[in-house]
Order: sequence, then C-alpha cells, then structure tokens
Amino acid sequence: MNQPSKPPLPPSPQMLGSFGEFGGRYVSETLMPAVEQLAEQWPLAWQDPEFLREYNDILRDYVGRPSALTEAPRLAKALRASDPPRIFLKREDLNHTGAHKINNCIGQVLLARRLGKTRIIAETGAGQHGVATATACAYFGMPCVVYMGAEDVARQSLNVVRMRLLGAEVVPVHSGSATLKDAINAALRDWVASVRDTHYVIGSVMGPDPYPLMVRELQRVIGDEARAQMLKRTGKLPDTVVACVGGGSNAMGIFAAFVEDTSVDLVGIEATGEGVETARHAATMARGKLGIYHGMRSLVLQTDDGQLQEAHSISAGLDYPGIGPEHAHLRETGRAKYFGVSDTEALEAMQLLAQTEGIIPALESAHAIAGLKHVLALYPGQAPVILLNLSGRGDKDMHTVMGHLDPDALEMIGVREASGKKGTDGH
Amino acid sequence: MATNDASTTNRLAVTFASCQTANRAALIGYLTAFDPDEEQSFERLCAACEGGLDVLELGVPFSDPTADGPVIQEAMVRALQSGATLDGVLRLAGRLRDRFADLPIVLFGYANPLLRRPIATVVELLENAGIDGLLVVDLPPEHNVELRQAAAARGISWVGLCAPTTPPARAARVMADATGFVYGVSLTGVTGSALDTNSPELRTYIDGLCTHAQTPVAIGFGIKHAEQVRALAPMVDGIVVGSELVRASLRSSDDLRAKVRELANACRRGD
Ligand SMILES: Cc1ncc(COP(=O)(O)O)c(C=O)c1O
Repeated sequence: MNQPSKPPLPPSPQMLGSFGEFGGRYVSETLMPAVEQLAEQWPLAWQDPEFLREYNDILRDYVGRPSALTEAPRLAKALRASDPPRIFLKREDLNHTGAHKINNCIGQVLLARRLGKTRIIAETGAGQHGVATATACAYFGMPCVVYMGAEDVARQSLNVVRMRLLGAEVVPVHSGSATLKDAINAALRDWVASVRDTHYVIGSVMGPDPYPLMVRELQRVIGDEARAQMLKRTGKLPDTVVACVGGGSNAMGIFAAFVEDTSVDLVGIEATGEGVETARHAATMARGKLGIYHGMRSLVLQTDDGQLQEAHSISAGLDYPGIGPEHAHLRETGRAKYFGVSDTEALEAMQLLAQTEGIIPALESAHAIAGLKHVLALYPGQAPVILLNLSGRGDKDMHTVMGHLDPDALEMIGVREASGKKGTDGH
Repeated sequence: MATNDASTTNRLAVTFASCQTANRAALIGYLTAFDPDEEQSFERLCAACEGGLDVLELGVPFSDPTADGPVIQEAMVRALQSGATLDGVLRLAGRLRDRFADLPIVLFGYANPLLRRPIATVVELLENAGIDGLLVVDLPPEHNVELRQAAAARGISWVGLCAPTTPPARAARVMADATGFVYGVSLTGVTGSALDTNSPELRTYIDGLCTHAQTPVAIGFGIKHAEQVRALAPMVDGIVVGSELVRASLRSSDDLRAKVRELANACRRGD
C-alpha cells in the first residue's frame, strides 16, 4: 500500500446526497468503495450524450415510451358526480413488462455495463422489479440473480415463472419475515461478497447514496413526459400529482418534474393494510420512526428497541417497512402530503377503475386510485385537475384478488382457495 | 480527533500489550448476546471466557444484520425471539464485567438499535455496563463522528473496520478513527465465509494494515480452525473468531470452552 502522507478525507455526510437529515451511506466498509464508485460515475454517465441517447432509444424502441396519458372522465364522475375533477392517468401500465420499474432497470444495467460489471443482482417484492431486471439482463445478455422473500415467491408465483423464463436465477429468501426487506438483506449479502464484478440494481429510491438520487433520475422520464403532455392537453399544470408509495420510485419519478412548480400539490399514498391501529400495515409515513437500515437513514417501522418490523399490504410492492429518504424529506418540509389507503379500499378501487375505464391497475396503483378521495377532500367545492401515476397493470395480481373480489370465478375455474393470501402465522 | 488512550486503565490496550509480551496474538471471540436466551447466553459467555478468550466481542442482536452470514443471522433471530433488547444486552455485559474484571468487552452491532436513544444516553449506558470498545458495522467514517467522539469521552474505544476492497485513502481514514484496534475484514464477503489463510493477497493485505495502523491490528471473518489461527498469529495482534464459536456454543458450553482453549493455544507464536 503506497499512500500519500495526507490522504484526501472521504466526503462528509453533507456531501452524501442527503435529503435534509435523511439519506446517507450507511453500509459496511466492504461496500463503501463500490458505492463511492457509483456516486462518482453515475453523474458522468447521466451527462454523457452517448449514454443518454442509448437510454432514450431503448426506452422508445423497447419499453414503448412515451407512455400514454389517458383522461378518466367516468372514474372522475364516479368519485364525485357534481363538480367532477378532471383526472389524467399516466399509463406506466402500458410499458413493456407492465410497470414503471423497467425505466430504472434499463438505466442501471446500462450503467453497470459502462462500469465493466459482468453480473447483476436485484431484490424483488411483487416480482415487478425482478421481472424488469431479468428483462433488462436478457436484453443486454448479462447473468441475473433475483432475491425474493419466500412469502412473495408463493404469492407472486406468476412473476417467478416469468423471471425464470427470462433466464434469471430466482433465489427464495427464508430468513426474517421472508418478504421484501429480507430479500434486500440477502441481495446486500451477495453484493458484499461479489462487489468487484457485480452491480446491485436496487428497485426503488432507497438504499445508500447515490441510489435514491439515481433511481429518481432514471424514473423522472415519467414526470417529464407527463408534464409536457398535461401542458399540451390542458394548457396548464395539474393542481395535484398523485402516486402510490412503496419505496417511492414511481412517486419520485413523477414528482421530480413538478417539485419546483409550487402551485402543484404532491400527494403520496401509502398502504395501511388492515389498519394502522393493527400490526398489519405498511404505513411508514404514519407510523415510522427515524432509523438506519438498508444503507440509509429514513423513516422505518420499528420497535422501540430499534428492530425492524414486518410490514403488511395486500400489494406486495407496497409491503415494505421503510421509505426512500427523499419522501421523508418532502414530507418534513411540507412539500408533499401523504395519506393511507387500506387493503379493502385498494381492492374496491381496482374494481372501480376496471369497470369505469376498462383499465385493470396493479394493486399498488389501485392504492393511488383509492387515495383520490383524500385528494378531493383538499378541494371542497372545486373541480381540480389531477394527474395520477398509474404505475403498473394488474395482471400479476389476479391470483391475489380473485379470492377477494370474485369468489364465483374461483368456483368456475375449480380453485378451492386463493393461494395469493399471506399466511396468518405472520411468518 | 480522539487519540489512542494507551493508559493502563484501558483493558483493551493492557490486553494487547500483555499478549505482545507473551508473544501471542490476542484471541477475540464473538458471541451473540441472548443466544438463545439470557441465562444460557451468560453461561456460554462465561464458558468462552474461562476457555481463554483475550477479548470478548459481544453481539447486539439486530433484525436485519446485512453483513453477517447465516450462522450469526440465526443466532440473532434466536436472541430476538427470547426478548433481547439493548438494555438486556448491557445487563448481560455488566454481569460478565462483575465476573471477569479485566476482560475487555467490545460491543459489536448495527447502528439502528444503538441510535434509537440519544447518543449521550447510549454512551453513558455503555460506560456503566463496563463496555471497553464499540464496533458498528454500518457506521463508516462518514457517519461515525458523533458516536465515536461521545464514546471516546467516556473512555470507550472505537474499532475501525477495513476491508480488502478499501483503497489506501479510505484505510488511512479508518485507521485515524480507530482507537481500540483496526479490524481487518479478511475476505470480500459476509461473516462465516471460507478463508484461505495461505493466499498471498491476504498476506499483502495484512502487511498493508500493519504498516499503517497506529493501533493493534486484528483480522477476522472466515477463521474457524486452529491451523488458520497458527498461520495468522505471527502476522497480526489479534484474531477474531465468530461464526465458529457460535456453532460450537450450539453443541454445548463444554464444546465452546474446549474450542476456545484450542484456538487460544494456537494464538501462541514461536517455533
Ligand atoms: C406497479 C407498481 N407500483 C408501485 C410499486 C411500488 O414501488 P415504488 O414505490 O418504488 O414505486 C411497485 C413495486 O413493486 C409496483 O410493482
């Protein structure tokens, strides 16, 4: 080891892409150099016209961007018959693989290739991010390992089959609560051992800096497109932008284009599962406390003694006890508001959108639809213009919802019991 | 910046110095507190100390231990199931302190359970429990200043972590922070992985640490067998064994005591 006598000190916390008191790089020393390399190289890639051209070409020719903006007048009327709002849906459900997740995966796998990494790992909850990562890896010819909680493997079995069909290795994680947070732990453990040749594609605006920032930038195409589409369609900016919040990437992606527009309200909808007063919810904003986990400092559901708690939501993509640090900051500063929606409300909203507009949303996105009643309550006697991020489509959730929404269908197709429900033993 | 407190009241410094005099590396043994519950954990910890541990690394259970392999993960799950809390762990540490007055105890853990309380409160609790050093896996130099300095003010040393992936400039920063010892992670991986003590890269890595560290240097991760310990003892000041002790403790306290004795013997240099 040959070193200068006065080595430059690593950056102070203020320089770590922190969002107020949230964010940071709370990882073990083994990972620190990889995280530093990303923080150094990511901004260079993001300013490189060649990188941007390739990213945008793939989004256009493969993902199918720009995604449509669809007005939903029948939904609007169903929500409020007199003075109905105008509701516009940003159709991320129409993307290749069925959700916004692919925007991020294409960008990160491109970046991994640029950094000379030869193997990709990812965590997944609903399986959407896993499918999107497996897809990007198939596209770029990279080996891909996806960690998935054993609980989620069972309730999102269709996506397990999709990932495997795409050539990815799916590793069920049995430790802890066997859900998304444990899949993240397992992916981090893999990365600690494989960091020299492997890139970890984190699926949301979370984890150590620069991930929250990088994933937001890779998702901001949603907001940039929607902002231009709204201006073209209505001649003005929307009054409110609404999105569901798990880790928070689809929400940050659409918020990013409107944060500076102070006339636009930003609203995030989190999952209250069976109710915030029960132990089975994922309401990090309502019930989370400041903590350090998964490489960041942010709000998290935890015990008084600092142990992370299991989250619950009928939507596997929102079933996470934490939230990205920028959301914690946006709430702290009052720039964004957050409301909660229960399992039951989300199921009703899924049905409502399907039957009024002929669009079956993902259960995650159905939370945003259900959250519209909270948005409307902010505009008594007015008819606001609302932009809603429809982050994904519901095909993946049919298995989960059929027992809840349509018992007759179960009988018709001869299934005795919906296996999409999480076990009641809490493990 | 905190300076290395080498006064004779510092149990860590005293232990490393006396091991040096005895021409042996210090055996640093890790066990998870409350595995599988408070009483059995106390009994196992006592057995390990009686077997000849030079330094005890006492693990604070955490629900999401991302730097640990399956053996320690499972130990933490068992501990949490039996109701482990930070207060409970410190109570256990206090009992060990009463029994083994000169044993240096380093608290090992993750930031979240420690930082649930204000830093001033935490370091006071640690001091009262007789804790000598602090090793927090997910508080790299960028984030450790407050806790490290508050601990130093109470005479609690900071253990700095270096990894094989750590470039020289970062290693220098880690070493500048360290007051207890520098913990060189032997391999790129989690605890309990396999380590080849004969690899030339490992030797070069250890040489680099020893050349630049201003404190004792310990090496850990993947050390299981007496032969590995014998190979490493001439090169470092301390050797950390974790998963293998947890595994031995699952068999019986006697097995654990015997395992510690065997490893402690292998720490002797010479021949
Ligand atoms: C369709 C869809 N929407 C939303 C989410 C939640 O993630 P985020 O909050 O990062 O957008 C997921 C996660 O799997 C998803 O699949």
